[in-house]
Amino acid sequence: MSFNSLGFYVLRRILQAVPVAIGIVLLIFILLRLAPGDPAMVYIGEAGGASEETLKEVRKEFGLDKSLSEQLFIYGKKFLIGDFGYSYFQGKPVLDLILEKVGATALLVLTAMFIAVIIGVLTGVKAAKHPTSLASAFITTFSLFGFAMPSFWLGIMLLLAFSLYIPLFPGYGMMTAGHAGNTVQVLIDILHHLVLPASTLGIILIGPFSRLSKTSMLEVIGSDYIRTARAKGLPEHKVIFKHALRNAILPILTMAGLQLGRLLAGAVLVETVFSWPGMGRLMFEGILRRDYPLIMGILFFSSVVVILVNLVTDVMYSVLDPRIRHR
Amino acid sequence: MKTIKRSRLKDVLVGVIILLSILGFMGSTSIAQTEKIPRGGTLKIAFMEPPHLNTALTTGPPTGIPACQLFAGLLQFDEKFQPRPYLAKKWEVSPDGLSYTFYLERGATFHDRKPITSADVAFSFEIAKKNHPYGEQAFGAVEKVETPDPYTAVFKLKHPSPVCFAAIHPWILPILPKHIYSEGDIRKHPANINPTVGSGPFRFVEWKRGQYIILERYENFFRQGKPYLDRIMIEFITDPTARTIALETGAIHIVPFSYTPYSDIGRLEKMPDLAMTTKGFEAIGPRSIIEINLRKPPLNNVKVRKAIAHCLDRDFTIENILMGFAKPAIAPLRYTNPFCNPNLQKYEFNLSKANQLLDEAGYKRGADGIRFNLSIDFIPGGGPTVQAGCEFLREQLKKVGINLSLRPPPDWATWVTRLSNWDFELNSTAPGDQIDPAIGIDRSFTSKNIKNVAFTNTMGYSNAEVDRLCDEARRELSFETRRKLYHRVQEILWDELPIIWNTDPEWTTFYNKDFVGLPMDIFGLLNPLDNVYWRKGKVGP
Repeated sequence: MSFNSLGFYVLRRILQAVPVAIGIVLLIFILLRLAPGDPAMVYIGEAGGASEETLKEVRKEFGLDKSLSEQLFIYGKKFLIGDFGYSYFQGKPVLDLILEKVGATALLVLTAMFIAVIIGVLTGVKAAKHPTSLASAFITTFSLFGFAMPSFWLGIMLLLAFSLYIPLFPGYGMMTAGHAGNTVQVLIDILHHLVLPASTLGIILIGPFSRLSKTSMLEVIGSDYIRTARAKGLPEHKVIFKHALRNAILPILTMAGLQLGRLLAGAVLVETVFSWPGMGRLMFEGILRRDYPLIMGILFFSSVVVILVNLVTDVMYSVLDPRIRHR
Repeated sequence: MKTIKRSRLKDVLVGVIILLSILGFMGSTSIAQTEKIPRGGTLKIAFMEPPHLNTALTTGPPTGIPACQLFAGLLQFDEKFQPRPYLAKKWEVSPDGLSYTFYLERGATFHDRKPITSADVAFSFEIAKKNHPYGEQAFGAVEKVETPDPYTAVFKLKHPSPVCFAAIHPWILPILPKHIYSEGDIRKHPANINPTVGSGPFRFVEWKRGQYIILERYENFFRQGKPYLDRIMIEFITDPTARTIALETGAIHIVPFSYTPYSDIGRLEKMPDLAMTTKGFEAIGPRSIIEINLRKPPLNNVKVRKAIAHCLDRDFTIENILMGFAKPAIAPLRYTNPFCNPNLQKYEFNLSKANQLLDEAGYKRGADGIRFNLSIDFIPGGGPTVQAGCEFLREQLKKVGINLSLRPPPDWATWVTRLSNWDFELNSTAPGDQIDPAIGIDRSFTSKNIKNVAFTNTMGYSNAEVDRLCDEARRELSFETRRKLYHRVQEILWDELPIIWNTDPEWTTFYNKDFVGLPMDIFGLLNPLDNVYWRKGKVGP
């Protein structure tokens, strides 16, 4: 296998990622314990109080009666065999909780990304074809507007507009409580609930994708090979979407990978506004309660996802651009 | 002789037949009455997601609302704090107050059809006494629960303790199935999350984390013909705007415990389908108070504390910040509490008086007009009104030369840790008096409750007279004598001000008028909802 083969490249990247992931775990462990707030006191406080004996028992149960180095050693040992521990407050394995919620967040984030990329690219292409038109100006203004809006505000506005005044979509949840339909009906119900939160998250990113697509397309449209393609009599839609866009897509792909982290962060607010039962909300509640194992598990999981997405982005690059493949 | 015996036998038989007919008639009348009430429908409540579903371990209403449907208790209480039968169809209290005997409903079963017996009562009591935050205060006097037969539970006390009786409600003492909960650590028991076997009018169906809990009618509930509703759903809608919209559109039918923001109340009050009540929270007894860390000068000076009390403009706060949904606090117990002392002299809003007291306390103004600096923490998640209240207080204190800075906690965890570590000067918070002062007053003001635990005597208040009076009142059987004792305790507390009592909030419950029979006594929605029916349900068998 040559050094430049794709498989070796992927393996090299994965091996590079391992110390990064371990470093993240260590950093989160220390930062969490430095932050104010004691999980045992939170637990007792949520229950409405307790005796000092109960507080001691809870601290022991959470492993907080041990020294910091002991706690790190115990956690590290379990972590290496894939045991992320138990949530202090939900009494379930952290991995189970993450797996329960990751689907909901993945659905929300990927749908939002899909909306942002499709609309962003289409509007960007349109603006690039007629850069000085009114449509282009409108697209640019709308893009900036969407980019500048806080996601929670946009979410509430969409909620009022399409859940109250024009009641087209449900305002909360991932599905109708107790929905008792077949699989297709359940899927439709979920999609119905997905529209508002995914639109909220996606609209924010349409702007950057639109502007990048416009810039990238403008650069490519001016190339010799595009002029040649037009001169050969190819239909305009083939010139744009088959030849020009394929070369213009690379920066958009990079941006998609980079924006994923932003979407995951934005998902916390959107999940709270729409009561979407995803990992973002789980993380938020875990932080409020100082649920150390849960926070660490989610942060580690998110880091792995971001690392993997960046890796996939790089691999996609080499698939789309043969010149990169042979470097 | 044989003729007489036969005749007597006939009389007995006729008597039995007549008796059975009467009982049958009563039963059929009862069934007929319930048959006129529509059955069916799903009641949807919007509230916070609980950590678990066992009220023997927590005081939180998020657990209470679903769990009080899943688990019955021995007693319920009416709007006058008087007990009513529930699983205990009748009870006796011995004249010396050392024994409570409860006679259980025969035929009451758990959701797996096993009978509810006195053994389950005794077991549940031990769990609550050991684990409930009020366990020691409520049940500390009970030595044991005897079970002379399967339907009789006898609480044996080492000294009289009326609070024990007051605490026998499913919100503090749920009747748990011993055959389910007796194995393993109760705090980590899987049935706390998946309580498939309960004793209440509704049984557990599903808990979708982050989304909802579904309960459905238990067909074999011992109250014949009840509950009327098919299902209850508790949905976790985290955003206040989304909750208000859900109420307006009818997607949700009830939002209790002031879970609707004050800013939306005016709008919701105009909706023809909705009604609002402020009843149903008297047993919790919500207060808005400012705790004072008595360890920190100058707060250890009572004149300083009184001066701060005179800087509170309660009328303005209630009208402009709380939108009228509160009353001024008049005593250390809430105005609805049967033991409240209504005769205490008010701390009127009077800045001149405040200035005078501060001068007398020896804290003169400096060249910059400031006498001293203070900081105030406040409960996070209490909504914008809590911070607004502190900001308003800051402006009033500035006028008397006290420089108050707000120390907003970033989250609940930080706030509760500061409180537990006594790391505060003033703390604006919202506790509850609870059903009996032996819980509410004892835990906040007796010396033995000075602990590094939140919601205890974190102020560090200690008064031997208060300790003695509380101890005496806890053991006193006579209501009138207890009231006199607690009145005296309140006089002392009101004079010494370890806490500044600000307002008595009126919590709102918005509900859809299509649902009738919502309990509005002192425990409100923490009561079983077996009497609630949906107007549009089906009438008849």
